[in-house]
Order: sequence, then C-alpha cells, then structure tokens
Amino acid sequence: MIRVELVKLVRRPRSWVSIVLLCGLPVVVAVFVAVTHIAPPPGQGPALLSEVLSSGTLYPAAALAIVLPIFLPVAVAVVAGDAIAGEASAGTLRYLLARPVGRSRLLVAKLVTLIVYTLSAVLLVAGTAYLTGIILFGSKPIAATPGGLTTSNIASAATSLSGTAMSPTDIALRTIGAISFIAVSMLGVGAIALFLSTISDSARGAALGALAALISREVLVTLNAASTVDPYLPTRYWLAWVDFFRDPIVWRNIERGFAVQAVYVVVFLGAAWAHFATKDVTS
Amino acid sequence: MIATNALTKRYGRLLVVDQIDLDVREGDRYGFLGPNGSGKTTVVRMLLGLVYATSGEIQVMGKPVPKQVADVLPSIGSLVEGPSAYGHLSGRANLALIDAAGTASRRTRQHRIADTLDRVGLGGIDNRPVKRYSLGMRQRLGLAAALLRTPKLLILDEPTNGLDPQGIREIRDLLIELNQAGTTVFLSSHQLTEVEQLCTRVGIVNQGRLVEQDELAALRALTGRAIVHTPDVDKAKELLDGRVELTEVDRLLVRDTDTALLNAQLVAGGVRVTEISAERRSLEDVVLAVTGSGSDRVDRPVSRGRPPAPAPGDDSDVLGQGKMAGEEQP
Repeated sequence: MIRVELVKLVRRPRSWVSIVLLCGLPVVVAVFVAVTHIAPPPGQGPALLSEVLSSGTLYPAAALAIVLPIFLPVAVAVVAGDAIAGEASAGTLRYLLARPVGRSRLLVAKLVTLIVYTLSAVLLVAGTAYLTGIILFGSKPIAATPGGLTTSNIASAATSLSGTAMSPTDIALRTIGAISFIAVSMLGVGAIALFLSTISDSARGAALGALAALISREVLVTLNAASTVDPYLPTRYWLAWVDFFRDPIVWRNIERGFAVQAVYVVVFLGAAWAHFATKDVTS
Repeated sequence: MIATNALTKRYGRLLVVDQIDLDVREGDRYGFLGPNGSGKTTVVRMLLGLVYATSGEIQVMGKPVPKQVADVLPSIGSLVEGPSAYGHLSGRANLALIDAAGTASRRTRQHRIADTLDRVGLGGIDNRPVKRYSLGMRQRLGLAAALLRTPKLLILDEPTNGLDPQGIREIRDLLIELNQAGTTVFLSSHQLTEVEQLCTRVGIVNQGRLVEQDELAALRALTGRAIVHTPDVDKAKELLDGRVELTEVDRLLVRDTDTALLNAQLVAGGVRVTEISAERRSLEDVVLAVTGSGSDRVDRPVSRGRPPAPAPGDDSDVLGQGKMAGEEQP
C-alpha cells in the first residue's frame, strides 16, 4: 500500500508544482541578492541571508529560513489535509477500503508518503539552494586542496552567527541538523492536518484548519496573559534550527523543539488513528 | 451468501436501517429495491464494512462482518453510489492502482486489466485521463474495477446509472453471463425495470425496514384476471356478462383464471381476439403497495382524515408497460 501511495504522490502534478514553487522562491531571492549585493543587515530579514554573500555554501540554510515560516507549512498542510479527506471527497476512499486496505494500513501509508514528501521538499529546497549559492556566491571555503586550506580560504571562510569560522564539513553537518529539525517541525503540522483530514471530508478544510492552529500562536504570542502556554504551542521552537549555526551549537531550544513536535505528532496521529479506525465511511 | 440478522443502524436519533433480515443465496440475482433514502446504500455500506452497524449481525460468505470482512472482501466486487477514480490518471492506471492496493496477484495484473476492460466495453480506450471520460464511460470503468478479480459476489449500487439503452442492455447481459458462470449478484436499485429484467429474487426496503423478500416470480403473481384486446367490445361484454370489470375502447379486464378456456369461449361466440393474456401483478404494483414515497419528497403536513396522496416519486415512470406485463422476462 505504501508503494501505491508513493506512486499516487509522484504521479500527482500538484506534488511537483508545489516543490518547484518551494525551490523557486529561494532562487529568486538569491538572484536579487547576488545582482544587487544588497543583503539584509545582520539580524534582519530571513536568518543567515546576510552571511550568504561571504559563502554560497550557507545558502541552503538561508533558503530554508525563507520557506519555513509560511510556504513549507502550507505545502505540507495541503498534502496532509488531502490524505484522507481528498480520497473521501473524490469517492475513492470507499473503494480503497473495500479492496480491502485496512484502515490502519491506509493511515500508515499516508503518513509514510507525507514524510517522504516533506523530506523531499526540504532536501530539494536545500539542494537547489546549494547549487544556486555556489553559482551565485561562489564556494571559496570548499576549495580545499589535499595540501590544506590556503590562507585566503580561511580569511573568506563562512562565519557562524557567533562570528567564528566554519569549515565546509562543519557547515554540512549543521545543515543536516537543521534539515532534520525542520522536517520534524513540519511533521507536527502534518500530523495536525492528517487528524483533521480524518474528521472532515474537505481536504481544503483540513489544510486550512491546520494552518489556523499554527497562526493562532501569532495572536497568543503578543499576549502576556498567554505566556504560560506559549512553550507548548507547535510553532514556538520552529526557528530554533538557527541555533545549529551558532558556535557552539545551542542545544536547549533545539531539544525542546524536538520534544514539543514529538508530542504533537504522537497525540495527533493517535487521535487520527482512533477516529479513522472507528469511523463510518459515508463518503 | 449474505445473511443479516436484525441489522440496525442509527445516526444519532435517526433510525436509518431497522431490523433488516436479508437472505441472499448463492447463485441469486438479488434485487434490493426501495425509494430514495430508504436505507439501501447504508445497508450496502454495512455489508462492505464501511459503516458499522448499531446492532444486529451480518454474515457474508459465512464470515462475520465487519470482524472478518478483510477475508471476504477480496472475493467481492463492489460499486457503491457511483464509480470514482483519480481524475488525472488514465483508466488503466486507475485500475492498476486500485488493484495494487488490494491483495490480487501482480503478475496477472496487466492481463486481467485488459480482459476486464474488454468485458465492460472499454477495450480500446486510449490514455486520456478519467476526468475527460463521459458519465457512461466512468460507469463502465467502475464496473471494471468491481470485476477485476472475478469476484464470487458482486454488490452493485445503481450499476447502469448514466448508461444509454444499449449500455444498459450490455451490462445486463454481462451480469447475467457472470451469474450463469457462478457469480452471485446483489443489485441495489430504484429502477424497477432494471430489477424486473435482471433479478430472480427481490427484497424491498421502505423507511429502513425490509417489507418484502421473495422470488420475483412469486411476487408477480397472477391477479385472477385476464386482459382481452378485441375490436368487438360490446359483443364480448354481452358474452361474458358480469365477469367484465373494466371496459376501454378496445380492451377488457375480465375476471378469469383460465385464459385458454376464455379465449376458446370468446372465439366460439364470434368475438375477434387480437390479444389475450393473464394479468400479473407488475413489480411496480408490488413496490407501490408496500412502500411510501422516497425521502426526497417532502410534503406539507396533511390535515387529519385525508389520506395521503399516492406519491409515486421518481420511480413510477420506469415501468411503461407494467400493467400488461404478461410476457415472460429473461
């Protein structure tokens, strides 16, 4: 069943359009920055963008910072919201279940597909951004020869947010860390959308519901009265992946971010399963 | 094949299916009739394990449903409330996907798909996406999905929806052919002609209750009257004095139990007979006698004492020559 779901994902034009759009936006941003050489001053604009001018190898991280707040969650919520509700409204859910596909099996297959989609989206964004970065901003620090780094390389090497130089392997490892953190954060959104998808017969409703849950934090965060619940909201630690690019890496918020997302994923997937396994399929 | 015992489904306070005891035997072509909203589709969904019963038991092919429904579903082909497919994929791709979702053999897949498409009359279909199919083509594709694994039991809900008369005839012939090869057919419909021409047994459901379940032949019993067409109406009336119940321009309704004898009597009396047949209850008569109007009709509350008007709903127009249905059906 997982294979069937993956085939459906791959053969769906929407999957590709969304990924192309996600990859395209950072490319557009990079072109503007490269042409004008006007990067946002440090501390403003998307994280790390100001550091990109010194090395293209940092651009994958900057690209993720660009798509993370809105575009990536929207894409993930749309795919996850479509999982069950889309089949229900297309009328294909009843035929899948009568084939038979066990309800738990279907849900697991949808979840695996969602994970594959999220990871591919994040990796493709990072990949295209890496190429864009190298082409537009150069890859000086990576020009390490077997003889060792040249002095000019060290001088122009990428710097972490804390101001110390980072080697290419260091950047690669930190980027991998950031990618997994972002993927897990997106899985939290996906789990909420998947749960709503089992409740609603409208794929759009489920996706928008999940986004509403995320946006509501922006309202609550301005309220001092709501500060007690803030650490438990799904988007509270989303930006903590930037801490991978500090020296030394600040683990506190990263760990909390992973923990909060894990709780959301477990709770909402559990709820999705409990509801879907016992629900009357009348679509 | 299918046996239910006091099957009941409630949605909140609404009683949709009320103590239904279905009995579908192996080899039957069973017609499940009822007005719109009488609970037919809910019963079908419960048989397939899509909707869970509030109370009562279901056995399909000897296995309890929904507990062991996964064991029997591979040998059931179903079409529930219209066909559906992934619109952006071709018909073949759709069949391949739905087949891969189940437990059928991967090795024989392409062969079975080609075979089934031939059967439902889509053998030469190109690779256009299903969203560009006509309603009739979608219906055929839905049937193909149901037939893909040569099922022992076919559960079909309005299978000829959207088909033209030729298509309806084709599908009927196909279902009869499959039935003769051993497939039990359970057909849920509100099309009386469809059921009358195809089915051997009939169950009639009204407002969630099974109000009739019998052999079609038994339901369509003789009424003890004969219909006589003759140009000599007055002469015939004289001859059969007192037995004539109804007279029309060239037609008489005669109380009679032996049509051959009546014919001889008329001819001997010099009455020219153009047509004579024993009157049978039409399926329409049976259905209208035991059901009310469908739930898609919402009347004003009727004042007390006045009987509710006979409300044929949208079912009555399908039986054109119902009153004269003396000829044998296939």
